[in-house]
Amino acid sequence: MKKLLLGDFAVARGAWEAGVHVASAYPGTPSTEITEELARFPEVYSEWSPNEKVALEVGIGASIKGARAIVSMKHVGLNVACDPLFTASYTGVNGGLVIAVADDPSVFSSQNEQDTRLTAVSAKVPVLEPSDSQEAKDFTKLAFELSEKYDTPIILRLTTRVAHSQSAVELEERKELPLRPYEKDIPKYVMMPANARVKHGVVERRTQKLSEDANDFAINRIEEGNKDLGIICSGGVYEYVKEALPEASVLKLGMVYPLPFKLIEKFAKSVKRCIVAEELAPHIETMVKAAGIQVEGKNLFPLEGEFSAKLIRERILGEKPCAACANVPARPPVLCAGCPHRGVFYILSKLKLNVLGDIGCYTLGAVPPLSAMDAVVCMGASVGMAIGFDKADPEAHKHSVAVIGDSTFIHSGITGLIDAVYNKAKITVIILDNRTTGMTGHQNHPATGKTIKNEDTYELDLAEVCRAVGVKNVRTVNPNDLAETEKAVKEELAKEEVSVIIAKKPCVLLTKKLYNGFKVNEKCKKCKACLKLGCPAIVNGKDGITIDVSLCTECGLCQNVCKFGAIDGEVK
Amino acid sequence: MNAKYDILIVGVGGQGTLLASRVLGKYALDMGFDVKLSEVHGMAQRGGSVMTYVRIGKNIASPIIDEGGADLILSFEKLEALRYRHYLKEGGHILYSTQEIMPMPVVTGAAEYPKGIEKELPGTGVDALALAIEAGNSKSANSVMLGALCKKLGFDREKFEAALISCIPQKTIDMNKKAFALGYAAA
Repeated sequence: MKKLLLGDFAVARGAWEAGVHVASAYPGTPSTEITEELARFPEVYSEWSPNEKVALEVGIGASIKGARAIVSMKHVGLNVACDPLFTASYTGVNGGLVIAVADDPSVFSSQNEQDTRLTAVSAKVPVLEPSDSQEAKDFTKLAFELSEKYDTPIILRLTTRVAHSQSAVELEERKELPLRPYEKDIPKYVMMPANARVKHGVVERRTQKLSEDANDFAINRIEEGNKDLGIICSGGVYEYVKEALPEASVLKLGMVYPLPFKLIEKFAKSVKRCIVAEELAPHIETMVKAAGIQVEGKNLFPLEGEFSAKLIRERILGEKPCAACANVPARPPVLCAGCPHRGVFYILSKLKLNVLGDIGCYTLGAVPPLSAMDAVVCMGASVGMAIGFDKADPEAHKHSVAVIGDSTFIHSGITGLIDAVYNKAKITVIILDNRTTGMTGHQNHPATGKTIKNEDTYELDLAEVCRAVGVKNVRTVNPNDLAETEKAVKEELAKEEVSVIIAKKPCVLLTKKLYNGFKVNEKCKKCKACLKLGCPAIVNGKDGITIDVSLCTECGLCQNVCKFGAIDGEVK
Repeated sequence: MNAKYDILIVGVGGQGTLLASRVLGKYALDMGFDVKLSEVHGMAQRGGSVMTYVRIGKNIASPIIDEGGADLILSFEKLEALRYRHYLKEGGHILYSTQEIMPMPVVTGAAEYPKGIEKELPGTGVDALALAIEAGNSKSANSVMLGALCKKLGFDREKFEAALISCIPQKTIDMNKKAFALGYAAA
């Protein structure tokens, strides 16, 4: 039976069909849906881990114990998981271990545009790269087989366009597998110097053998066409090449590390002009050139952004770019109408504070008119950066705060907070506790008290955690109560020690209510105070200030800032 | 329908472009076509400008529609129709909601919402917001637009509506069916 599947769902389906036992992940666009989907299968143990490092360690443990395990994350999540990754490459596996990593060319929803293939080369972990949903499923199954055959974790590399495109997939049944027998094996699994030294050699020979064997892998295939032009490509780019250059010869690489050099050499020699078309880094091109094979590549193509069939035609056939788009006002993403973070950022903006930010919906606090953010780097970085501000300038703590989401705080903010207390920093941390992992589409986490399967579990108390690490000043506020929030921020900034303010209110999208929306009445003086909220539902149009009822969620923040009682409606 | 049909769905994050693409995809697959959809999730979805590609045909390679390649643009907002107009093929059609949602630069006064957009758009405008409110709630505007699309492309109404119903929560079916019918009549 064929079904239309999202690339991520196809990975999940492939893992399920391959008899996977354990799935772990931390949510991250565009990888989140893999584990969400796996959680629907009763045969698979699945979990949201607090971060990618723990997720991978769960996968490694499951693999050593004989289970098939899949661990999913976005490209920057792999940075967090690099520590276990680099050494799991040495230990190898027992049950197959697949790490699905989704890159984000064009940076649709990330903080950078890094290329996972380069990380994989450093970690010496093989990489498969599917082109569409059918391959996403097939390659996932193959990855488990290769993992067990070659005794290595395998990275399944996706990109946004493959992870978040839907195409038809032939569904098959699950093959139930028993756990592989576990035997204690100190030289294999205990990576102390004497063993690691030996294992490094094993890893190098494994890579060499895989590179050799890959010349005969069916997923690395030559599609013969016109001999004047040959394109080497993989993943989503293959689809663009097939569309743009249907006549060209193509070498499609299903495994992009290690590379099948004999096959590549044969292909390059068979065509007059050989071009590597790859998004982001010149990963294939550099290796192929180092092997002494002449190809073109980044002399034609950009190092940033995702490709398209149009781009391939432009760069190879010299086709002219299309007329530019109409010159219209930009529409950047913004905090949703009714977002509980808005109240906090309104106050931070009003008080003109330096804000060390973090990764999540609330990064949008940086967008005008709030513009309440000074720096955003990576998950959990807000707390450490605030300590740095404080240590660089002893007065900084009086006018700076760290803001971090509930899920991000658990992911990697806690360690920063321990540092703050331990090293006597004077910082104020605001935990924006919207009771969910918002940006990635509402996943549970340890402080929601629910597992990925929505089962009840211990609900981590964020205030207790903060007190337990030694924070004396911990208070909780309702961020939609602007007066209370402002008072809390001012009071905590004045203290010469660590403070945590938990701004607690559930994400507005969690309440699936239908709203009628508030209305502006005749008392409006057009003072525009409400526009400073940066609420997308408040419109400053030809009819004066109005409220877009299709967006308004009746949060009441605008009533809170209006001095004239010009907004009708009741906060329920 | 031709052997290949490329539909670009655009709008403002949160308006339901993803749902629309899934309904279209399901319908096309049910009708025996190959189909590829491509969507954007995450940060871009939060009230930002969003686009979703729907490619229907015999054998679809790329999931992306290039500039100048769309047979039809389905837009949930007027300014977004203008923003992506250059994706339209010569002789293509834009089916757009006349709803205006102010982008943040307009709200803050840094830019103005363009006037006379309708004159720049080769196609049909539908007052989806008013019809959605008539159907029960403004959130059903995407079903209004899907009804209009169904009519415009001469799809099998019963099957298309079934595809819609399979993609939405049970309790909103009546409202969405009403919205669909109003959109169908308006196109």
